[in-house]
Amino acid sequence: MDRIPILKMGDCLLVTIQVDMHDQLAVSLQEDLTDQIAKHAARGVLIDISSLEIVDSFIGRMLANIAAMSRVLDAQTVLTGMQPAVAITLVELGMTLPGIRTALNVERGMELLRGYIQKDDELQENDGSEE
Amino acid sequence: MVLKSDVHPIVGSDDVVRVRQVARQWAAELKFSLVDQTKLVTATSELARNTLEHGKGGRMRVELVENGARRGIRLTFEDEGPGIANIELALRDGYTTGSGLGLGLSGSKRLMNEFDIKSETGRGTTVTVTRWK
Amino acid sequence: MSSFHEVIRKNESSILAGWLAEMASSNRRSDLMSDAELRQQATELLRLVTNAAETSTDPMSEAFSSTRDYLKDIAKSRMEQGFSPAETALFILSLKQPVFNALRDTAGISPTKLVTEILTAGTVLDRLAVETVNNAVEFRDLVISRQQEEMLELSTPVVKLWEGVLALPLIGTLDSARTQVVMESLLSAIVETNSQIAIIDITGVPTVDTLVAQHLIKTITAARLMGADCYLSGIRPAIAQTIVHLGIDLVDVQTKAKLADAFALALTRLGKTVVNAKQVAKSTNKREEA
Repeated sequence: MDRIPILKMGDCLLVTIQVDMHDQLAVSLQEDLTDQIAKHAARGVLIDISSLEIVDSFIGRMLANIAAMSRVLDAQTVLTGMQPAVAITLVELGMTLPGIRTALNVERGMELLRGYIQKDDELQENDGSEE
Repeated sequence: MVLKSDVHPIVGSDDVVRVRQVARQWAAELKFSLVDQTKLVTATSELARNTLEHGKGGRMRVELVENGARRGIRLTFEDEGPGIANIELALRDGYTTGSGLGLGLSGSKRLMNEFDIKSETGRGTTVTVTRWK
Repeated sequence: MSSFHEVIRKNESSILAGWLAEMASSNRRSDLMSDAELRQQATELLRLVTNAAETSTDPMSEAFSSTRDYLKDIAKSRMEQGFSPAETALFILSLKQPVFNALRDTAGISPTKLVTEILTAGTVLDRLAVETVNNAVEFRDLVISRQQEEMLELSTPVVKLWEGVLALPLIGTLDSARTQVVMESLLSAIVETNSQIAIIDITGVPTVDTLVAQHLIKTITAARLMGADCYLSGIRPAIAQTIVHLGIDLVDVQTKAKLADAFALALTRLGKTVVNAKQVAKSTNKREEA
């Protein structure tokens, strides 16, 4: 069965969804990603959906799940490149994905992730110095 | 008035992807705007998944309809599944019997111009939606 | 045998003269159309009506199709020239009097025949006039709907304020159709210009009701899903009151009183600041001197 490739870039994982996903593929992506985050102790996850033509409630739920699961595993998730038509449709559908951070493109998304990771590190350092 | 019509089975999860593509193709042929195409295809995906998961499979009829000067696409999702006992409840945002978010029916209703649902417990469900150009 | 079309044919030049005279006395708009053009239109129409009336007295029949086509052209050109539909109708109706006069003056016509022919000719011309008004109104509707579309496009200018900052100054009433256009043009501009921040300014929006507010919130939510921030500016006190009274939740929306404030916030978020160029120059000079 085909799977969506997950790329590792430093301490971040990068996923580009390019195919019209059937539900099983979405489910296995969710599983693969959580496995990989845990395995590499990844700090950030970037999911690019710029070539995705629709996001229905199923895929939307999968994206929300990934964000929630990575938060549990101490990784930040950024969703990038959602098309205007997809965004309008999602809002109309009633899905606003409140827990997910977004960016216009992969470049911005990576900046955002690095920012979050840095902030996290600083917080931890401060915590350490206080002790 | 129906100008063209076609029927596609929905029996497996691949069929959900296929009927999405069918809806996209018809919408593109009718020169729907990109946003309208996306809305139609998304509603198709929601309703086809309902047919598959709750109705235990069925079919989608796609029709090119004309009302005066307006043209549109009408989709009918039919199944012979358990049916919906309380339609009003099923149409409420967030109500779900499955594992979803409960946006399938209510969300599709918002994405389409016309929405009609008929269901009989033990006999099955028919959802008819239309999006005008 | 003296049907009205035969009478017209026999007295063509005098009827034409009478018609032009009739128009000159009643509704002649020499400011909109030259005498030569009017004469040419009248001659052509008279010829078409006469020919058609030979085979039929029903203006909706096949025989009158070229007459109707010609009238369609006349209606269109007259609307473009600025005639009102009533003036266009009078153009045809003022043909009645000269035709009736010619029928009356026909030698040896029986009273019964005279009445019949006047009625027939009157009906034909009335129907043609109505048809022309119809054409004129249809044409005007077409113009209106085209203008509406153009206005829709014109009314939603997305402007770039800075690298990464867009503004959408909304003017006029927002309805569902217009909001969809607004939404789409703003969101695609965000992608095209790669802008992180968009400011929706509603200074020019007279009222905000629940529906408009919902549309705005939807636009802002969609922009957020794409990875851009939307600020709402130009909320007048009256609108602020309405928003609160309607119980509309703008908690998740960054609002600012003025477009300038929103722009200042956008620059801050982008890590930019506005400085006084003269003071900067002074301090640099001082440093150089030192």
